[in-house]
Amino acid sequence: MSGELFRLTIAEARDRLVRREISAQELTRACLDRIAELERRLNAFITVCPREALEQAAAADARLARGDAPALCGIPLAIKDIYLTRGIRTTCASKILGNFVAPYDATVIARLREAGAVFVGKANMDEFAMGSSSENSAFGPTRNPYDLTRVAGGSSGGSAAAVAAEECLAALGTDTGGSIREPASFCGVVGLKPTYSRVSRFGVIAFASSLDQVGPFTKTVRDAAIMLRELAGSDPQDSTCSARPVPDYERALTGDIEGLRIGVPREYFVSGMNPEVEESVRTALRQFESLGAKLVEISLPHTDYAIATYYIVATAEASANLARYDGIRYGLRVDADNNIELYNRTRARGFGAEVKRRIMLGTFALSSGYYDAYYLKAQQVRTLIRRDFEAAFARCDLIATPVAPTTAFRLGEKTADPMQMYLSDIFTISVNLAGLPGLSLPCGYDGAGLPIGLQIIGAPFGEEAMLRAADAYENSGACERRTPPLRSAA
Amino acid sequence: MSDSRITLEQVRHVARLARLELAPEEEGALQNDLSAILTYVDKLNQLDTSAIPPTAQVGEIGVPMRADEVLNAPAAEPMLANAPARQDHFFRVPKIIE
Repeated sequence: MSGELFRLTIAEARDRLVRREISAQELTRACLDRIAELERRLNAFITVCPREALEQAAAADARLARGDAPALCGIPLAIKDIYLTRGIRTTCASKILGNFVAPYDATVIARLREAGAVFVGKANMDEFAMGSSSENSAFGPTRNPYDLTRVAGGSSGGSAAAVAAEECLAALGTDTGGSIREPASFCGVVGLKPTYSRVSRFGVIAFASSLDQVGPFTKTVRDAAIMLRELAGSDPQDSTCSARPVPDYERALTGDIEGLRIGVPREYFVSGMNPEVEESVRTALRQFESLGAKLVEISLPHTDYAIATYYIVATAEASANLARYDGIRYGLRVDADNNIELYNRTRARGFGAEVKRRIMLGTFALSSGYYDAYYLKAQQVRTLIRRDFEAAFARCDLIATPVAPTTAFRLGEKTADPMQMYLSDIFTISVNLAGLPGLSLPCGYDGAGLPIGLQIIGAPFGEEAMLRAADAYENSGACERRTPPLRSAA
Repeated sequence: MSDSRITLEQVRHVARLARLELAPEEEGALQNDLSAILTYVDKLNQLDTSAIPPTAQVGEIGVPMRADEVLNAPAAEPMLANAPARQDHFFRVPKIIE
C-alpha cells in the first residue's frame, strides 16, 4: 500500500487521505524512506526531522479520523532552512547560525502547522540565500536530480531538488532575485514567487527586505495554487504584508485562457541564450496561442540594467540586515578581549566568501561619499524598470519569458567568477525589483535531458491569471512530466 | 566603460565599517571582485536619471495600523537558550568600560 506514495501530488494525496485510503503516517514514512535512500547523492537537506515529522503525521491522522481535515492535513513538505521552525535547528546554511535552534515559528510555518502539514526536514540553500547554485552552503552543495554532476540552482536548490526527486510532496523556498524560479527551472518543477507583500515574512531570515518573498515549489500548478492559499494573507507581525483578501486560487484554474493577452518582451530573447532554451520557450508560446491566448510583442527597455541595479539594492539591504550577526545573543562567537574584536572575528569566521563579498559591496554602496553614486542611482533606475512593466501591462495580461538563459550548469563551473554567477539571474531579477509575481513552469528538456523552464510574470496581485494560464498549459500535455534519473550523466 | 577599480585602503576601510576581519589574501581577492562588479555597475551611468524619483517602496503604499499591545509573552529562557555565553539571565560579553 505504501509503495511509491511519494509520487503523489498534493491534490492526489489530499483525496486519498480524506477517503482514508492511505494514512498520513504511511505517506510520511514513504518520504522519509526516500530521503534516507537518496540524500547521500543529493544533499537536498541540512536537517532531516523524522521524529517531529512522524509526530505531526500522527496528529494529522487523528484529525483525519475526526473528519477535521484542513487543506494540507498530512502533506509532507520540505522547508528551506531560512524559515524559523520552533525547536528545530535553523542555520540559513551558515556557520554563523550553525547551532541556532529557533525559539518561535515564522508566521507561514505556524500557518502550515494549522493547515496540518508535516515537515520532513530543513532544505539546503546558498548561505543567507545569496547565490544561484546552492554551492554557497556551509553544508556542501545540493546536486541536480537530473544529473548529479550539475547544480540544482539557487538559492533554494535543496527545496527544488527535494520536490524533483520526490523526497516530499512540495517545499517552501524564498525568492529575492530568482531563488525560487531558477532552481525550479533547473530541476523541472513548478516554482511560484508571489507578489511582493502577498505573503508574511515574519520569522523568515532577512536578506534584502524590499525584494524577499516567500513561495512554494510543487509538482503541479494546481498544487502551487493550493499552497499559496494557505501561505498568503495579512499578518499583524509584518507591516509590509498586504491586507487584501486571499482568493481561492484553485478555483481560478478553469482551463479557459481564450483571449488572454501574453506579452513577449523582445529584450528577453538575446544572443548568448542557449538555442535549445529559446526553441523550447518559443514552442511553449505557440502552444499558448493554440489554447486561445494572443501573443503581443512588448518591450522592457531597461532590462539590461536590472542586474547592476539589483546588486547595489540587494547588497545594501543585506549589509544592514546581516549586521545583527555579532556573536552576542545567538549563533557562533569567536572570543576576543574586547567587543569590536569579538564582532570582527566572529563575522570573519562565521560568514562564507560570497556573503562577505555582498556585505562589503553593500557597505561600500551605502558609505559616506558613495551613497548618491550607487544606492540612490540604483533606486532611480529601479523606478525606470518598474515603469517598463507598468507600460507593458497596459497592453497585455501576462508576460512570458525564459526563466534562465541556460539549463543547469556544472558544479564548480561558475564559482570562480561572481559576475558569471550573477548573470544566471538575468531574466528573473527585474520581477523582484518591480515587486511582481512570477512563476516557473517546466516547458521542455534539452538534448542532455535537462529541464527547461518557462517564466510567466503577472501584474501585481495577478496570481490567479498567472496560475490559470500555467495550469492550462500544463494540462494541454505539451510538456511531459519526467522522472529524474538520479545519477551522473556519462 | 569606465574603470571603477577600488584601492586596498578602501577595502580595509569598508571592512572596518562592516566589522569584518579580513586575511591579507581576502583583501586582495575582494579588491579584484569588487572592482569588477563596480565596473559592471557603472553601466547605470549611461542613463539620465536626474528627473527620476528613487523607488522608496514597492507593493502597496501605506502602513497598516494595529493597537500597541504586547503580543508575545516574556520568554527570557528560550531567548537565552541560544546564547554563546550567559550568566544567570544575562548575555555575557567582554568588559566594555574599565
